[in-house]
Amino acid sequence: MISQVTRITALYRDGFRSMVLGRLLWKIILVKLLIMYALVKLFFPNYLRTNFATDQARAAHVMTTLIKPHSNNVGLQH
Amino acid sequence: MDFLSTVPWARAQFALTAMYHWIFVPLTLGLSFLVAFFESIYVKTGNEEWKKITRFWMTLFGINFAIGVATGIIMEFEFGTNWSNYSWMVGDIFGAPLAVEGIFAFFIEATFFAVMFFGWTRVSKGFHLFSTWMVAVGSNLSALWILIANGWMQFPTGMAFNPDKARFEMQNIWDIFLSPVALSKFVHATSSSFIVSALFVVGISALFLLQGRHLKAAKRSMAVAAVFGLVASLFVIINGDESAYSVAQRQPMKLAAMEGLFDGATRAPLTAIGIINPLKNVGDAGPDFLASVKVPGLLSLLATRQIDGFVPGINDLAYGNPEHKVVGAKQRIANGTLAVKDLARYKETKAKGDTQGATQALASFKTHQNDLGYGYLETPEAAVPPVAATFYSFHLMVILGTLFPLLFLVVLVRLYKGDIEKCTLLNKAAFVALFFGYIASQAGWVLAEVGRQPWAIQDLLPVGVAVTPIASGNVQLTFFIFLVLFSVLLAAEIGIMTRQIKIGPEA
Repeated sequence: MISQVTRITALYRDGFRSMVLGRLLWKIILVKLLIMYALVKLFFPNYLRTNFATDQARAAHVMTTLIKPHSNNVGLQH
Repeated sequence: MDFLSTVPWARAQFALTAMYHWIFVPLTLGLSFLVAFFESIYVKTGNEEWKKITRFWMTLFGINFAIGVATGIIMEFEFGTNWSNYSWMVGDIFGAPLAVEGIFAFFIEATFFAVMFFGWTRVSKGFHLFSTWMVAVGSNLSALWILIANGWMQFPTGMAFNPDKARFEMQNIWDIFLSPVALSKFVHATSSSFIVSALFVVGISALFLLQGRHLKAAKRSMAVAAVFGLVASLFVIINGDESAYSVAQRQPMKLAAMEGLFDGATRAPLTAIGIINPLKNVGDAGPDFLASVKVPGLLSLLATRQIDGFVPGINDLAYGNPEHKVVGAKQRIANGTLAVKDLARYKETKAKGDTQGATQALASFKTHQNDLGYGYLETPEAAVPPVAATFYSFHLMVILGTLFPLLFLVVLVRLYKGDIEKCTLLNKAAFVALFFGYIASQAGWVLAEVGRQPWAIQDLLPVGVAVTPIASGNVQLTFFIFLVLFSVLLAAEIGIMTRQIKIGPEA
């Protein structure tokens, strides 16, 4: 069991160390994830979670939307 | 706040992120299997040439996978920000397949990915091959769950609306997981992705032949990819027939728009190609097409499985056709309006403690609930998707999809005859076809999602009600930020891929 864990650890450790192209790809992945995380935090608040404290309040808000339709909320211009 | 302009920007942003994500997914789905095939041949024959081929395409697979990683997750965040009403209402149903995708399929991919790339000298040939196959299986399983979620949007089933929580609640998980629309979409999306990846391999191999290098590896890769692409094309054609029937039954307006069929007919013709009259509007009498080539009776056959079957047109579905028992959007708007009023009455009577009134309101709601979404449309014309975009994306996809198996066939014939290196025109066409594969693939999703409009959930929730009531400025800003970010990432991928292709499989 321990030897299996050691082998698996060595697989990942040696694999990452020996990467050439992979290092560049991982850099791109990490930069992309950081940028996306920053964008999400700055610009993508969960509207219902941010503006309503409980599930009851969220449900009430959505129900209000459902029973009072916007005047122009339909499809597209043709 | 200008909620009106939020809707198109929210849609544009989702379309941008989805289309960008879909640049990477088809190649992941198909190239993973092709790599598994190449490696299987290597293990079976012991020929080191096949190992070089496997590692070359595996490297390109890895590049595509890495750049594509996390492009899909942005859409999940967009649900919460731009489509909050939608995400609240369908979270109980939508969340399950997305969660399963993340936990189950992704972990399979991630685990065996490491063995696939790091394990060439550390594990047995058999286990390494198994890992490569598991990456392919895991990738395609991811597609299954996502398409179950999208399939539910197109054909909502297995749920009931809870008016106290203002959300749809799952009633039967198997109705959702085994939805005929979901399964059909899965077969179609994966097999068409296999075609894209086959075109990719054939195209790059053709480039090698044109450049006079890596000839053996190129021909071997082409042979496997062309067979793969041809078999996948067969699935697409068979599944295409099933898809047409399914759309006709469950999304007849989408079918009518796909075909530019404004007035329904028995023995309805299939429009093979055409130019839609840009001045044509729903309900007016002008010609549907400026020019068209039609196949008599074929649309009736595909849509109803009877040559004399009636296929409703856009006008029938908008205004109704009592002769052919078509209930139009006009009537459904009346039904839906009642459903919305019943919901309001239910809320009001419940708040007052009027149990009997609430029960009556709920009972009345349930008789009209299937048309709930229509209660938010102002006119029957609002139930019609953009006809031109739906028509052209469908026909572009089909025309290109018809040409691809011909290309695979010709490639296989020339490989068999042993003179493919000399076929300059064929190799140039094969290289160009690589890009048309992506165009056809994107056209398919444009059709699926534009043809679904105005619905976020078919017949139950239009996009205008699904959207978050926020100012459009935020959505516009993030749209352009993503446009720049995605363009940079795409340029990076093309650059890295091009460099690896220049190195080639023999290095």
